[in-house]
Amino acid sequence: MREELLTILEKNSRIDLKDLAALLDVSEIDVVNEIAAMEREGVICGYHTMINWEKTSIEKVTALIEVRVTPQRGQGFDSVAERIYKYPEVRSVYLISGGFDLMVILEGKTLREVSAFVSEKLSTLDAVLSTATHFILKKYKDHGCEIAQKKEDEREMITP
Amino acid sequence: MKKQLSDAVVGIKPSGIRKFFDIVSEMNDPDVVSLGVGEPDFDTPWHIRDEGIYSLERGRTFYTSNSGLADLRREICSYMRRKQGISYDAAHEVLVTVGGSEAIDIGLRAIINPGDEVLIPQPSYVSYEPCAVLAGAKPVIIRLKAENEFRLTAGELEEAITDRTKVLILPFPNNPTGAIMEKKDLESVAEVIERHDLIVMSDEIYGELTYKGKHVSIASIPGMKERTILINGFSKAYAMTGWRLGYACGPADIIAQMTKIHQFAIMCAPTTSQYAAVEALRNGDGDIEEMCIAYNQRRRYLLNAFKEMGLECFEPYGAFYVFPSIKQFGMTSDEFATRFLAEEKVAVVPGTAFGECGEGYLRISYAYSLESLKIAIGRLERFVKKLRTAQ
Repeated sequence: MREELLTILEKNSRIDLKDLAALLDVSEIDVVNEIAAMEREGVICGYHTMINWEKTSIEKVTALIEVRVTPQRGQGFDSVAERIYKYPEVRSVYLISGGFDLMVILEGKTLREVSAFVSEKLSTLDAVLSTATHFILKKYKDHGCEIAQKKEDEREMITP
Repeated sequence: MKKQLSDAVVGIKPSGIRKFFDIVSEMNDPDVVSLGVGEPDFDTPWHIRDEGIYSLERGRTFYTSNSGLADLRREICSYMRRKQGISYDAAHEVLVTVGGSEAIDIGLRAIINPGDEVLIPQPSYVSYEPCAVLAGAKPVIIRLKAENEFRLTAGELEEAITDRTKVLILPFPNNPTGAIMEKKDLESVAEVIERHDLIVMSDEIYGELTYKGKHVSIASIPGMKERTILINGFSKAYAMTGWRLGYACGPADIIAQMTKIHQFAIMCAPTTSQYAAVEALRNGDGDIEEMCIAYNQRRRYLLNAFKEMGLECFEPYGAFYVFPSIKQFGMTSDEFATRFLAEEKVAVVPGTAFGECGEGYLRISYAYSLESLKIAIGRLERFVKKLRTAQ
């Protein structure tokens, strides 16, 4: 049940408990217990909302920053990553393979705010060797969700 | 003027589905929620569509060989081995058709002589009976029963067989009931089929959509492969209805005659679709699994909802239909469906569209998003309550 439950919740965390129980053919109590267990175990880390900020009056700028760092003795990349991800404006930090080490996703109100963060906070860290900042111009798809398109059911109403 | 039309064609009554389709279309009401479609709500997986697009970009816009791309026939054989453990010869025992529907039509035409009887278990897909008639056969209906979960029993089969019986159509997993035939069910009818030396036309288009173990093909039962025309296709398993692509596997002599008709009537199945289908068979097993899980969730959701509103329904383990009984309301299927549409704006298909023995039942499709199902079920609940109060 766990995997199936997670697949549903990943797409729709606001689904009714009753529907969830019916879809999985288990009792509501079982669903509640399983979700609670997964929250406790840290399998479920939170419930978020997909927002298309472009449709609001709130301005946001997102940047992907490639960061090359010097790993630290005994701690590898973890401690420098932590120094970066503790900043609340940092949305995500990933250690990745390839030409650089950390991918930092940053969200700010303005271009200036983001560049200030990079030049004043990020680049000045001792372990950071270099950064390359890429601003996001348009989001087409996020978290498996196509942002531009709302899909209509175009099938015939009745078919054999 | 001479008589213009063919008596055989004029004699065929129009599909019951069509009639309902016309009513819904005339309403032209955006509030109507339909649970009436017989096709997946998923888009064809992107990697399959992409392969179709790529084939167009490469200019692969020619005819293929009559029996279909060699690559595709090889992939079909490997799929049959992988999923059913049946070995077919890609050169002589496979024909790629325009949907499973064409295979039904030409399969019957290839084997029927005037007066041969075709056994058609009903409720079932709308085209078996007309295709049998057009092929010059006499259709003989076997009325499947709710108490057998709409499976075909050896006894029912035995009873319908005469000296003229030529072929049994085996439509499982079934549209509209959602019934399946498990291995033991197949074994018991196989014994009768063999004893009476019948041909089987097994329509397994919903074979990937089962929710109680994997589908078993009758062709995998010993002694059956050499007398079975196995029909399958891409429409349901890979959500590819509009690509119009199916296939038939069977004994070389039957496939050869089917290929002859296909060659003169159709030439070859759509080339773009065939290239896309190769990709589907090579890399589509995961897509099937994912869609199957989603259908199963909705199936459980509907069955649970029916139970709560006291609507009797056997548990269907295949396809994407449920077939609840509405006998308790003292109405015909047609009346129920017509009123339900007029009063609550939900389109379902009366069971009688799939044969007279569908009387008292509705076909409800769960090839819909949960949101649509919820709206429709809410309206059904209200309608049922209203009918009960009036009773």
